[in-house]
Amino acid sequence: MLKVDTVNVYYGGIHAIKDVSLMVREGEIVTLIGANGAGKSTILRTISGLLNPKTGSVEFEGARLTGVPAQDIVKKGISQVPEGRRIFANLTVLENLELGAYIRSDAKEIREDIQKIYGRFPRLAERRAQLAGTLSGGEQQMLAMGRALMSRPKLLLLDEPSMGLAPLLVKEIFAIIREINAGGTTILLVEQNANMALSIAHQAYVLETGRITLAGTARELADSESVRKAYLGG
Amino acid sequence: MELNSFAQQLVQQLINGVSLGSIYSLIALGYTMVYGIIRLINFAHGDIYMLGAYVGFFCTSILGLSFFPALLAAMAVAAVTGIVIERLAYRPLRHAPKIAVLITAIGVSLLLEYGGILAVTPQPRTFPAVFPARIYTFGGIVVNSQQIVILAVALALMVLLTYIVQRTKIGRAMRAVSYDTDAARLMGINVDQVISFTFGIGSGLAAAAGVLVGIYYNSIDPLMGIMPGLKAFVAAVLGGIGIIPGAMLGGVIMGVVEALVSGFISSTFRDAAAFAILIAILLFKPSGLLGKNIREKV
Ligand SMILES: Nc1ncnc2c1ncn2[C@@H]1O[C@H](COP(=O)(O)OP(=O)(O)OP(=O)(O)O)[C@@H](O)[C@H]1O
Ligand SMILES: [Mg+2]
Repeated sequence: MLKVDTVNVYYGGIHAIKDVSLMVREGEIVTLIGANGAGKSTILRTISGLLNPKTGSVEFEGARLTGVPAQDIVKKGISQVPEGRRIFANLTVLENLELGAYIRSDAKEIREDIQKIYGRFPRLAERRAQLAGTLSGGEQQMLAMGRALMSRPKLLLLDEPSMGLAPLLVKEIFAIIREINAGGTTILLVEQNANMALSIAHQAYVLETGRITLAGTARELADSESVRKAYLGG
Repeated sequence: MELNSFAQQLVQQLINGVSLGSIYSLIALGYTMVYGIIRLINFAHGDIYMLGAYVGFFCTSILGLSFFPALLAAMAVAAVTGIVIERLAYRPLRHAPKIAVLITAIGVSLLLEYGGILAVTPQPRTFPAVFPARIYTFGGIVVNSQQIVILAVALALMVLLTYIVQRTKIGRAMRAVSYDTDAARLMGINVDQVISFTFGIGSGLAAAAGVLVGIYYNSIDPLMGIMPGLKAFVAAVLGGIGIIPGAMLGGVIMGVVEALVSGFISSTFRDAAAFAILIAILLFKPSGLLGKNIREKV
């Protein structure tokens, strides 16, 4: 479904992503784990078209994404929940969800989808008229996920959804990620919380200073000596 | 009676101030919306107001149009001009240092002013009287028909703008882009389109202000945009740059202060008062009356 092929990304003179290739098959949860600054967000931003690779290509459902503007990549069916949520704090919860459906014009179905999001995240329903900036961290994460789902993505990119959340909430978020996947949405999940990520993923990649150093099934990586040492606390 | 006549004078100046101020508000909105979306002080904005006044002038005096068609024509021409300026002058500099864009804006401003002089001569023109100048007196307070038209048009435009920004899809997109451009792109919003739309709306409002000033003061010239442009900029800063209701409020305050200073002190000080306000606001509340005191996000 998604194919990233020997991609190199630079920030000015900084070579952030080095010859990265990875694959996401339809229906799977694929996770990309790595330490701070490894380049995980850079890869997601490149897939979404916010950054352009210097060399290499990104393909989605057989079509090249490289050079396609970010807003058109959403229309092709890729939606991202960015690192730090990036909700529109000065807009209401409902307006944030409506913006998630910006590329759609089927007003009736948009309303139905908003109800579905409220069903999945009842806390958002209670706070629909509230400014998004007044939500708690967990609620903001739910809103960011709900907003991304409003475009009806085929592929959902999640950048550290567990960041800054209490353990109980992390569990809840990961259960929801599983549900979303069970509903037919393919997921590329970036995490530092390798334990949780490997527990729900099918395939996994390890990124170190811009390079993929390990790849395999999530089970293989969870069992691997080096991953256990570096990311799973022994 | 001394007090009575003072009160009368006060109410009179308030009325004058509010109608003048609503014109500043219309111009200030363009400054604030453009700043909100691309963090640029568009110094050419006052000249778009001048352009609007001239289009209104030619439409009424030469084409013989009545007020409303002339107003709409002026707004349309200015909107297109604003969009073209952004496309040609500012967009290529989207990732350039801020100072480069600012200097470009000053360049565009000078181009419009002196291009205007070349095109229509520096001679002031007399704006035709598009409305019968009726004067209404209520217990010693004088209101003329132009003031009523100015207030009604300015208010209607501000209500319309508020509706667009708060209730429509493009308005939501504007607020999203203004808050977080990259996040807006992840929603599928075409940021360039939203920026064009913002320039179009802001320029249209400035043009409306130009036409209204034409009928109020009867006289227009190619450099007429400089002073009101600066004052509207002060109004936008006063209300809190980037904040739409702030621009409306700031404009009205500027107009009222100006009217009170000219009415009670001397009209020689009225421009000085505007800039005293700017200095005071920068000293005491740089984020503006409606702004929150937060550091600019990076
Ligand atoms: N805008 C930028 N300009 C310059 N360098 C950047 C920029 N953004 C990221 N980098 C650098 O690129 C590298 C990868 O950053 P990235 O944000 O992709 O890492 P990450 O794996 O997502 O880290 P984290 O887990 O902390 O979110 C880092 O060395 C970082 O300092
Ligand atoms: Mg990151």
